[in-house]
Amino acid sequence: MSHWIIVPVVLPAVLAAIMTLAMRYHAALQRVFSVAGCVALVAVALGLLAEAAGGGITVYELGNWPAPFGIVLVLDRLSALMVLLTAVLALVVLLYAIGTGWDQRGRNFHALWQFQLMGICGAFLTGDAFNLFVFFEVLLIASYGLMIHAGGARRLKAGVQYVIYNLLGSTLFLFALGTIYAVTGTLNMADLAVRAAEIPVEDSALLRVGAMLLFLVFAVKAALLPLHFWLPNTYAEAPAPVAALFAIMTKIGAYAILRFYTLIFGPDLDVTADLIDEVLLFGALATLAVGMIGILGAKRLGRLAAFAAIGSMGTLLIAVAVFTPQSTAAALYYTIHSTLAGALLFLVVDLVRARRGALGGALVPGPRMAQHGMLAALWFGAAIATAGLPPLSGFVGKLLVLDATREMADVWLIWGAVLATSLVAVLGFAQAGSVVFWKLDGADSSPAPQPALPLVACFALLAGVGMLAVLAGPVMRYLEATAAQMHAPAAYIAAVLGQG
Amino acid sequence: MEALMASAIGLLTAAGIYLVLRLRTFPVIVGLSLLTYAVNLFLFITGRLAVDMPPILRKGVESYTDPLPQALVLTAIVISFGMTAVAVMLALGAYLSAGDDDVCLPPDDSGAEGGA
Repeated sequence: MSHWIIVPVVLPAVLAAIMTLAMRYHAALQRVFSVAGCVALVAVALGLLAEAAGGGITVYELGNWPAPFGIVLVLDRLSALMVLLTAVLALVVLLYAIGTGWDQRGRNFHALWQFQLMGICGAFLTGDAFNLFVFFEVLLIASYGLMIHAGGARRLKAGVQYVIYNLLGSTLFLFALGTIYAVTGTLNMADLAVRAAEIPVEDSALLRVGAMLLFLVFAVKAALLPLHFWLPNTYAEAPAPVAALFAIMTKIGAYAILRFYTLIFGPDLDVTADLIDEVLLFGALATLAVGMIGILGAKRLGRLAAFAAIGSMGTLLIAVAVFTPQSTAAALYYTIHSTLAGALLFLVVDLVRARRGALGGALVPGPRMAQHGMLAALWFGAAIATAGLPPLSGFVGKLLVLDATREMADVWLIWGAVLATSLVAVLGFAQAGSVVFWKLDGADSSPAPQPALPLVACFALLAGVGMLAVLAGPVMRYLEATAAQMHAPAAYIAAVLGQG
Repeated sequence: MEALMASAIGLLTAAGIYLVLRLRTFPVIVGLSLLTYAVNLFLFITGRLAVDMPPILRKGVESYTDPLPQALVLTAIVISFGMTAVAVMLALGAYLSAGDDDVCLPPDDSGAEGGA
């Protein structure tokens, strides 16, 4: 049994503990260990991806208890992909946080960062529904700390809202798990898939209630309308590097929906067939519309970026709602794209806010900034990526989503919504960009020397979005294999329950 | 017994939701605690109500209660306890820095969002 699967969970946990206990007052040492930890995480994630790419499903039994009695971690193509995405995002954004000095504006930034990574990686790797709840709590409690990093009255208040909303979500999660356990008598995902298929349709009301409650919990995480209210304030008020890392948090909700509704409550299961498809589709369309209109209506850059995150979740969830292998592959491509593009947008917004001084993120004309042209170019790139114009990966992603919905009954509604909201987003970004970068007002601020590292991080994300478009062929081949694996859950079940 | 448990959980949940909707931090936190009590009781009985039965194998005992929900509820209690502590600290911090215990964000025109 290979022990590498548990490294993405144990490594950040150990590092965070060491940082809190042994190097509390050594900022430089914390930075070194945090960056080294993220680099190691990327390396391990690459190794895991190489292992999973062959199509095998590796199961790691914690405490050597066989499933379904013990908790298992499961490595398949999907979880390997998500762990790698998390690790890459965390490394780049961490460099930004160090370059701008965000990590020194409060205590324990790096330790919380590592705990956050532990929770996210664990949520992607676990094969047990209750263990998923525990990892959700780990990542949430770290995110509470990160959210209020550096303090401030507005941020603390937004933090209170965020905590309350997520505590309610956690309570709902427990109710859902309790209901499902009462019906099936298990919480191991593979075992759940077996038991759910054995329940006759006429006795399945309680199971359907559990499945729907679980969907609501994940919809809260994925910011599906009308459960998105926690997102705008949280993302706009959070420190920029934290908001950029949170770009992966909404994807955890989408990942959990994909995982549960392909593996356990799959499209072929009579009991829960068509339970969430319609709700998810129309919710996603509304999410898309509200997000993109929010871009046009936002009066501040931070809220603009937050609504862009909501809009991209809308596009992603449209692809998720179709539940065919082709649409799932499109959803995964859009997941990678929108994680990188969303993080890039938050970082660019933060660079602009930091250089405009008292004006901050307000959309009013201001003085010429240091590195004005470079920031304008970065904004242009982030806007192109988010709105989905060629040549960056947003265009390829939207094309894949449109292609995947071609066979649907509501195809014209979906295409109309995606294309019209893209236009709205372009208008919103153009309007905001022209006010901030073209309508100059007041004396030039003296160009103070600016550190290079934040720009390097931004350009790395921009390059990532570009490479994703250039390498769309190979990436899609991997994602199509991933989607095929997800839509044939028998192999997963056999691997976990040891009948394979 | 079933009716008692069900109505207790329902009452706790209703009271919790009512308090959460009050939008002042203290009632909201009390409401969240009530909700966690409700969910703990709910988890506890997901293995069915079984009175006076041991959860661990013993000689000469025929019927058992399901031990797994008891383990789950322990985990849930620990987590909700920690989360409530975090929420209290955070609410105190927000109260001390903003000067009121309103959950809603006041409208802000200073452009200072997300800054240092």
